[in-house]
Amino acid sequence: MAFPDGSLPMPYDLECRDVVKQFGGFTAVDRISLQIPPGTFFSILGPSGCGKTTLLRMVAGFGEPTSGDILIKGQSVVQTPPNKRPVNMVFQHLALFPMMTVAENIAYGLRRRKTSKDEIKRRIADVLARIGLPDAGNRRIDQLSGGQKQRIAIARCMVLEPTVLLLDEPLGALDLKLREHMKVELKQLQSQFDTTFVYITHDQSEALVMSDQVAVMNAGKFEQVGTPQELYYSPKTAFVAGFVGDSNRWRGRVVEADATGVKVATDSGTLLTGIAADGGRLMVGAAVEIFVRPESIAIRRPGETPPVGVPSHNQQTGLLDDLLFNGANSRALVRTGKGEIVSVALPQAEAARHLQEGTEISMGFGSAQCLCFPLSPARAEPADTVP
Amino acid sequence: MTARDRRKLTFFLLLTPLLLWVGLLVVIPHIDLFLLSIREKIAPRHYVTSLANYADFFGEPVYVMTLVRTVVMSLLATAITLLVGFPVAYYIAKIAQGRARIALFMTCLLPFWVSEIVRVFGWMILLRETGVLSNFLQWAGLVQGPVEFLYNDAAVMLGLVYTSMLFVVVPLVSTIDSLDNAIVEAGYDLGGNGFVVLKEIVIPHAMPGIVAGSIVVFMLSLGNYLTPTLLGGKSSLWFTSHIYSQFITRFNWELGSAFGFVLLVASSAIVWLALRLSGQSLSTTIGRG
Repeated sequence: MAFPDGSLPMPYDLECRDVVKQFGGFTAVDRISLQIPPGTFFSILGPSGCGKTTLLRMVAGFGEPTSGDILIKGQSVVQTPPNKRPVNMVFQHLALFPMMTVAENIAYGLRRRKTSKDEIKRRIADVLARIGLPDAGNRRIDQLSGGQKQRIAIARCMVLEPTVLLLDEPLGALDLKLREHMKVELKQLQSQFDTTFVYITHDQSEALVMSDQVAVMNAGKFEQVGTPQELYYSPKTAFVAGFVGDSNRWRGRVVEADATGVKVATDSGTLLTGIAADGGRLMVGAAVEIFVRPESIAIRRPGETPPVGVPSHNQQTGLLDDLLFNGANSRALVRTGKGEIVSVALPQAEAARHLQEGTEISMGFGSAQCLCFPLSPARAEPADTVP
Repeated sequence: MTARDRRKLTFFLLLTPLLLWVGLLVVIPHIDLFLLSIREKIAPRHYVTSLANYADFFGEPVYVMTLVRTVVMSLLATAITLLVGFPVAYYIAKIAQGRARIALFMTCLLPFWVSEIVRVFGWMILLRETGVLSNFLQWAGLVQGPVEFLYNDAAVMLGLVYTSMLFVVVPLVSTIDSLDNAIVEAGYDLGGNGFVVLKEIVIPHAMPGIVAGSIVVFMLSLGNYLTPTLLGGKSSLWFTSHIYSQFITRFNWELGSAFGFVLLVASSAIVWLALRLSGQSLSTTIGRG
């Protein structure tokens, strides 16, 4: 197989072809296909129970797919036991061996490959230096801090130079501050080792910050695979729009549709102009779900003229119902005349500091920021506003 | 009475049963036993303090050899119990699920609801010349005439291992169960095969349970009287039967006490040595289990 220009196709580091995993009658992983080129930081993002751990474990060799194929560097590994696969895994609780020192933990995999003693020593010193813990070799596992354990768990895998490193929510057990720090550090380690990382998480911010590519998974299926920007700015499904980032969410019906966009009426009667998501077409009368991100809504006091460049569509007024102060992530909850609560990101401008509850507020957002998804009959749970 | 006094009183009230138990049942009998053992009868009702009883023990090869034999057989019984018990415990702790797990655990426990003597008689019914096994072999035409399976070392070993199983399985199930499955999986993921994972991860993790179980089994075997005597008969040559005969048949309490002390010192020394060799301490094994 070769491309028309004669070059051979570069094998993907990891490829899944229609992988299915069933437990009894329950389908945990439903026809997943993916291709990951070398050197990618690839995340699988999904709520707990969506099948992401099952998928990762099949790649590692713990659990065989019911059907489909898993290929590493173009070779099928479905018949290969976990100890012979060129992938290593960082477990959710790291699974460092408590009966061994740090150096013995790292040496474990090398000794299985019959590496010479001197070579093992050299490689341990090398990898410990790379993760910034050059003197940790003789320490016991319970003498390490959470962040150090994290790095040792990665070093223990990376010293084996796997084709793909699998990470199963390894930051879950860390406290918030350390988690923020480790996000950046993991990304740096990945580019330093230049290895393909497959990272699973339910935390959208981890996925968005670190990844080159993110797959959003729900109920055993990939909803969308794309860069973090694509997922955030152009979600293809209502699930992705709701799961990645925050959104105001309403239900409504299409009252007008043309080539440039749609006019929709929400269930409470507000008229909005928006666009059909994913370049689709919506028919007049179709039931839709409408997503507007709090950060794409501009607010001002009534009477103030909107600054130049601020979209003039979808103007509404309301009363400031509540202020949720959280530094840079502060939100204002605005109650419209129709009784809907709209969550709006507070601008960082000085004027926003003096907003008080009960103040009258004008707000507006562009039609391109108002995404309408056709409501599928399966998604019948009541729509609500996500603050 | 102040709060502090009350706390003190509570402490001593709670401590009293323990002190009574240790004092009356452990310390005083052992002091008495020791005093008896260093007493020599020179004429009726005339005693002097001497080490003659200990000299008797070391001077008579049959006593020393019996002790050595008892120790070796007990060590062997411990090793066999461990070899049989480890897979059983691993299966119960890691492989069996839900009800099967409870059922298996109960199956190990069940024989211990009857007394040791009943369990040993059970084996005698199976193994004696006119017993189940012998009759079955004759019925199947594999042997001509009855076969005696009792009264040999193998029968003693069988009885000891059977009697001790539970004391290895229980601590092992609890230590193996506490091993996180992810650690075992990590062992495979990093390139280890089943043998390596067992040797480098499962056994080191289970070491406290292995040592705790071994100590209990070794002590129980060494001090066992019933099983070796009933299954081994006169040829069992178990050290406890010497102690019994000195106390009960020979009425030589002095020599019997000396034997008792020799056994106590020997078993303590062997347990201490085993702990040193395995790098464990009493507080990490018995204390934890």
